[in-house]
Amino acid sequence: MNPNLERQSQLLSALYIAQEEHGWLKPEAIQRVSDSLGMSPGKVLSSASFYSMMKLQPCGTYLIQVCEGLSCYLLGGADSLVDFLCRELDIKPGETTPDGMFTLEVVQCLAACGSAPALRVNDQLYENITPEDVDQLITRMRSGEL
Amino acid sequence: MVTPSPEDEVVFSPVLTCNVHRAGSERIQVYLDHGGYQAVRKALRMEPDEIIDQVKRSGLRGRGGAGFPTGLKWGYMPRESDTPKIIAVNTDEGEPGTFKDREIVEQDPHQVIEGVLITAYAVGASRAYVYIRGEFFLGVKRWIKAIADAYEFGYLGNNIQGSGFDLDMSVHRGAGAYICGEETAMLESLEGKRGMPRRKPPYPTTEGLFGLPTLVQNIETLACIPHIILNGPKWFSSIGTEQSTGPKIFSVSGHVRNPGNYELPLGIPLRAIIEDHAGGVPGGRKIKAVIPGGASTPMLPAEALEVRMSFEDLAAAGSALGTGGVIVMDERVCMVEATRRLSKFFAHESCGRCTPCRIGSQRIYEILDRMVHGQGKPGDIDLLHELVEGIDGHTFCPMGSALVNPVRSALKYFYAEFEYHITHKRCPVPKKTKV
Repeated sequence: MNPNLERQSQLLSALYIAQEEHGWLKPEAIQRVSDSLGMSPGKVLSSASFYSMMKLQPCGTYLIQVCEGLSCYLLGGADSLVDFLCRELDIKPGETTPDGMFTLEVVQCLAACGSAPALRVNDQLYENITPEDVDQLITRMRSGEL
Repeated sequence: MVTPSPEDEVVFSPVLTCNVHRAGSERIQVYLDHGGYQAVRKALRMEPDEIIDQVKRSGLRGRGGAGFPTGLKWGYMPRESDTPKIIAVNTDEGEPGTFKDREIVEQDPHQVIEGVLITAYAVGASRAYVYIRGEFFLGVKRWIKAIADAYEFGYLGNNIQGSGFDLDMSVHRGAGAYICGEETAMLESLEGKRGMPRRKPPYPTTEGLFGLPTLVQNIETLACIPHIILNGPKWFSSIGTEQSTGPKIFSVSGHVRNPGNYELPLGIPLRAIIEDHAGGVPGGRKIKAVIPGGASTPMLPAEALEVRMSFEDLAAAGSALGTGGVIVMDERVCMVEATRRLSKFFAHESCGRCTPCRIGSQRIYEILDRMVHGQGKPGDIDLLHELVEGIDGHTFCPMGSALVNPVRSALKYFYAEFEYHITHKRCPVPKKTKV
């Protein structure tokens, strides 16, 4: 097997590691990944920009992703949770709070339809969620408990 | 006394999910304590051709959505060649309404590793790549541990269980792209590229990952393999229908009392899944529509509930088994809104490679969005039809058919509801009861 190609297959893993440091892929991070995998920075950026979990812009400490898929919608999630979060955090989906603490995203199916409504905070999935649960989650995030 | 029908006499007990509720089911020792890795020990004493033959005779068909006969696909892998061969495990589960792979990936990784081992031995592959959806963080963590343990226990690496057979395996985390569930897009992603589908042919079994012969299989398909080896192809094909054999995990969501994964024999009536297993619709409400196999399969009206959940029966009913993700919608659902939501998903997930999908999915979403908001125009339904016919069969990959299925089927069964939205500028479902 061609070792160069084998190394390039580590691209997404490398990007995840690079993203951990600042929560998003700074140009320096793209450069470092490109150096270590022997790919041009343009190629690295081109691939990174294809994937929604690769952040090319600053992202909040807590990335909140609310599922708006059909199953979550049917069980009263999606819209009501997004509305609640928009009010509570005073931002729109896709935005980050000025203090850099929260980023709110509306996402498609999280493969948690059997325990809908669902949302994710960073790498943690929360299922069967209500606005009250979200309220508690925000309190815990604000106090640094989460 | 009621005489039981022949079907009732067959007692089915789960096979693929029999471990998942055990404490520590993801650990190798728990798997070994409950008969794990017995199948691979048996397989390593068999001739590779004999294994391929057994899988062919079992009738197993792919569980990722397309339903291609598994043994036939294995037969396409080149024989007697010196080039390295690869197994790529597809766990990029992203089809709305489907959450079966997530359960297997998180709760029973060793069952799949065993399936991959047997498959690799049968087709002569020496390297396996496991592609797991980026959002499945817990699954990725558990797989890293599971693979390390499998190496330590001599089920991966060189000279596996003293057989002289070698297999290396690694986990790769996706990063949020539905299209990477399409097999060639997944291979592109594994190569560090944008996850856009490749032209076929050549098929992956001829030219796959890094240009090498690659067998791509869904994780649930691979989970079936150890059981076929242990219990025989006859046992497997005795479950299900003639053309759809074996057990299948159905993910049930939406308006049912007990949503969740249910492992049942293929061919079970849709009504039985919803009512007998998932507890039926709460509040005595009526079913309005059901999506039988994940978001990309055509929806069915309540009148079609007797359909058997097999590849052939669902095709005859104008839909498809897909991934087996059943989404139940009761009478309070606005079908234009449901279709709009599905269309938004596909518009968002179009990879952008070809025009009919990239532009068409967006136009469909815009039309449905204005209908929902009381701004539908006369002629919009004709426009939807035109778009559906213009996209279907004219895209680079199967995503085109996937994205038009919800729209075409909703228009077929709920035409009046779409029309009402345009003429009355509002939804006919009473606001009080609406979801």
